[in-house]
Amino acid sequence: MTSRRKVWAVIAAVAALAIVVPFTSSFVILLATRALAFSILVMSLDILLGFTGLASLGQAAYFGVGAYMTAILAAKYQIGLGFDFWLVVVGGLLIGAALAAVFGLLAIRASGVYFLMITLALGQCVWGLAYRWNSLTNGDNGINIQVRPRFGIDLANEVTFFYVVLGLFAVSLFAMYVLVRSPFGRSLAGIRERELRMKILGYNTWLHKYVAFIISGAFGGLSGVLWAHTAGIVSPVNVELTTSVDALLMAVLGGAGTLVGGAIGAFIVIALREYLSTVVPWWQYVLGGVYVLTILYLPSGLMGIPARIRQRRGALGKREGDKTLATAPS
Amino acid sequence: MTNAWLRRLGPMVLGGALVAAASASAGAEELRIGFIAAITGPFAAVGKDMVDGFQLYLDQHGNKLGGADVKLIVEDDQAKPDVGVTKARKLVLQDHVHMFIGGILAPTGYALAPVSTAEKTVYISSIPAADDLTQRQIDKYPYFIRTGWSSSQPSHPFGQWACEQGYKKIAVIAADYAFGYEVVGGFQKSFEDCGGKIIQKIWPPLGSKDFGPYIPAIKPDADAIFSLMVGPMVPQFPKQLAAAGNTKPVIGGGTSYDEFVLPAMGDEAIGGVSPLQYSAALETPKNEAFVKAYRAKYNKVPSYFSESNYTTAQLIDETIKQTGGKFPGPEEFVKVMAGLKIDAVRGPVSFDDMRNPIQNIYIRKVEKKKMFGYDKAELWNTVIKTYPSVSQFWKYDKAAFLKQPVYSRDWPPCGNCE
Amino acid sequence: MNLHFWLIQAFNGISYGALLFLVGSGLSLIFGVMRIVNLSHGSYFLLGGYVALTVIWTTGSWVLAIPVAGLAIGGIGLLMERIFLRPLGFDPLRQVLLTVGFAFLFQQAALDIWTGNNFDIEPPALLTKSIQVGGLFLPLYRIFMIASAAVIGIVLWLAMEKTRIGATVRATVDDAEMARGIGIDTSRISMFIFALGALLAAVGGVIGGAFLGIYPGLDFEILPLAFAVVIIGGMGSLGGAAIGALLVGLADNFGKALFPEVSYFTLYAPMALILAIKPTGLFGRE
Repeated sequence: MTSRRKVWAVIAAVAALAIVVPFTSSFVILLATRALAFSILVMSLDILLGFTGLASLGQAAYFGVGAYMTAILAAKYQIGLGFDFWLVVVGGLLIGAALAAVFGLLAIRASGVYFLMITLALGQCVWGLAYRWNSLTNGDNGINIQVRPRFGIDLANEVTFFYVVLGLFAVSLFAMYVLVRSPFGRSLAGIRERELRMKILGYNTWLHKYVAFIISGAFGGLSGVLWAHTAGIVSPVNVELTTSVDALLMAVLGGAGTLVGGAIGAFIVIALREYLSTVVPWWQYVLGGVYVLTILYLPSGLMGIPARIRQRRGALGKREGDKTLATAPS
Repeated sequence: MTNAWLRRLGPMVLGGALVAAASASAGAEELRIGFIAAITGPFAAVGKDMVDGFQLYLDQHGNKLGGADVKLIVEDDQAKPDVGVTKARKLVLQDHVHMFIGGILAPTGYALAPVSTAEKTVYISSIPAADDLTQRQIDKYPYFIRTGWSSSQPSHPFGQWACEQGYKKIAVIAADYAFGYEVVGGFQKSFEDCGGKIIQKIWPPLGSKDFGPYIPAIKPDADAIFSLMVGPMVPQFPKQLAAAGNTKPVIGGGTSYDEFVLPAMGDEAIGGVSPLQYSAALETPKNEAFVKAYRAKYNKVPSYFSESNYTTAQLIDETIKQTGGKFPGPEEFVKVMAGLKIDAVRGPVSFDDMRNPIQNIYIRKVEKKKMFGYDKAELWNTVIKTYPSVSQFWKYDKAAFLKQPVYSRDWPPCGNCE
Repeated sequence: MNLHFWLIQAFNGISYGALLFLVGSGLSLIFGVMRIVNLSHGSYFLLGGYVALTVIWTTGSWVLAIPVAGLAIGGIGLLMERIFLRPLGFDPLRQVLLTVGFAFLFQQAALDIWTGNNFDIEPPALLTKSIQVGGLFLPLYRIFMIASAAVIGIVLWLAMEKTRIGATVRATVDDAEMARGIGIDTSRISMFIFALGALLAAVGGVIGGAFLGIYPGLDFEILPLAFAVVIIGGMGSLGGAAIGALLVGLADNFGKALFPEVSYFTLYAPMALILAIKPTGLFGRE
């Protein structure tokens, strides 16, 4: 599939979602909204993982910071519940970026598995604070956001809220797409493939990676803001290691380096988790099995299936769309 | 191209179809009850007791409550509030339940109550004891009723009891979250009102298993130690306290010695005193029958988690009987239930005007003995004193009580802390 | 805060560190040899505890439980490495993700086999007592934890330093390609080390089970701590793991006792800083 056709396919899928979902049950709308909000986080991770070649186990930190900011402002100061909702959205981007700017200084020096470890440690720091800094975060109890914002339209209406989230999702996806197609984005891909060569060519690879890290953090924060309003409650669970792992697995499942793959991964996992769990008790085996099989046999994730099928059929062999997960050995 | 489409649309379309099918078959004289409990995770044992207690009542009554057939749908929230909220929404929006019951921890209670208001569905809290749900915040939750207890309810009479024992200074070590603060707060208020002093408060995080950092810090001049432990903390604390050479009497919140884990504890628990609205060792015919039936079916002694849900089933039974075997709508249901007075396994239960139970509070002491004809000596919570008809406000004037802040980490303030 | 307080807290910290050494040393070795971040390591810890429970329930012997659990989980580790990790070749990220997938599977399997109840491992009555040393009550079980960690640590160290196999392992850690170049079968070493790591974690689970309890969720609770040990101590270094474990145990203990508000932060912040300065950990080799 050429890039042009991929783009149309994505636009069509998003439009289809917009049209079909409101006619399904309230519960499905709820799940779809959650999946969209979380997808933004997964896609932000994909910028790092698929496009820059940096696997992070700490994305939940930015997610959490955005979510907590939203919850604290809403619950304690009644901010963000009117037109200032949009201020909070921008705030989420900024706070995620700010945190990433700080963490990036520590993390970007590393690469490969070391990067994995340090992002894990940083994520745990944020978790630790969320968990124990009771006066700010209410610790284990979490913070409840009782109402959804109203500004002319009432976000308490699930369908309205779904559209708002879908809209922000589409905007984020578009922004990230523009980013990865830009010259900056292409240099990131170059760094992913062969950092040494990029350095020799004179690129400041550290700076490139740092900027990518900040952008990824910004979108993570945005995702947190939306999640806080979808779930209505923010607690240390949102900043746990398992949340970061979830995001990473979804990105890989969908297909790293494809952006949309992250959204696909998120939708599938959330559907499996929420839907299958109510139908059969052994759903966790299915989830675990899906992960294991994908990692073993579909390194490019689900988005890589068409390419693989073409390969099998003996078509044009490897194309530029056939990315693998292997990072350059450090 | 189709793959990407299918993956997006598939679940949506499938979901829509399933829901349409499900709602078509709903209706008839059926009571749909959603039950939210931890089936997996560190509180899974508690969740099981909750479901088992409720299920036992159903089994004993032909799966009918008030004459209506019951469809019980159990969902796993892993004791996580946001999972609980999702499951509650699913139960209401997808399964069209008439009511949902459950949650374990106070944060889940605080998270589920707003869902009940938003979705106009009855929420019965059989376990989450967060005080404010039936105090300062009750007006926000018109479809909410509590059939268990409020965290500070047993603590108030317990404070008085502690004074009567002659304790003057007590050191507190309690799980660091809302429930812990409220249990301790209630105790502190009534204990200090009758002349006692709380000289220390230590707050290990919820779920701590290693009390190494905390035990050595307990003040040596305390007359007794008040502990509040929950879930996985419960078996570890008395063990480590005993191993550290403690000789002071240990008293605590009801969950510190609850039967959900008491049988797995060793002799270090003997002598622990705690207050609660239930004890499996309550020597009444009703309780003896309950314990025997429960143990025969599930092979363990029922805990307060089991009893609370068993009695909740009983309350629903009585309510639906009074409304002619049909679900009367959320407001009416809550109103009827709040007007009941029943004789439950735990003793007489009625409700105050804020929809929290008024019930006996038992002061229990852990002893090793044989009971109810069982041939092995085991650990039981022997009832040593009963305070009848205790409400969530104890002897305090309701208006004055509500004016003060909800019990928290800093309230009542630790004025006598050394 | 008198001397009594400091001594007891130090003792507690050291005993906690002993437990962390057991679970962290395996992780460190696995990383050193295979460059894999084994995210199912916590699962091995938990499964070890569960297997021990089964052994105790069927045979009543706690002493037997330790080796049986160790070997059983070591076996699982071996199979996992052979069947699933080996085919992935040298692709650290995919291997890491595979271990996570397995962590989820293990969690569900444990729940199905042993139910969700909170269990406690009862050591022999002798070990539940305390001895008094100059006014301090020292629980014997904590002393046992320190002793076992020390013994295992010394045995491992001797094996690494003094035996041929140990030498080949060290060679592989230092430079796998060179090791292969001189004829060392690094894939067999990998398999052996992975199994050993799993065994150590399982033994840690048995010993820790009497201290922490055995319950669902313990796997993901212990995992970040094991990583803290490896990160601070250095990946691939046994001595580093010992020091890392000690530091983490003490930091965790004192952090909770003195600064409960930020206790987890006091643990992970130093970890992040150390990694920022030296990405391979304090004593890591690269």
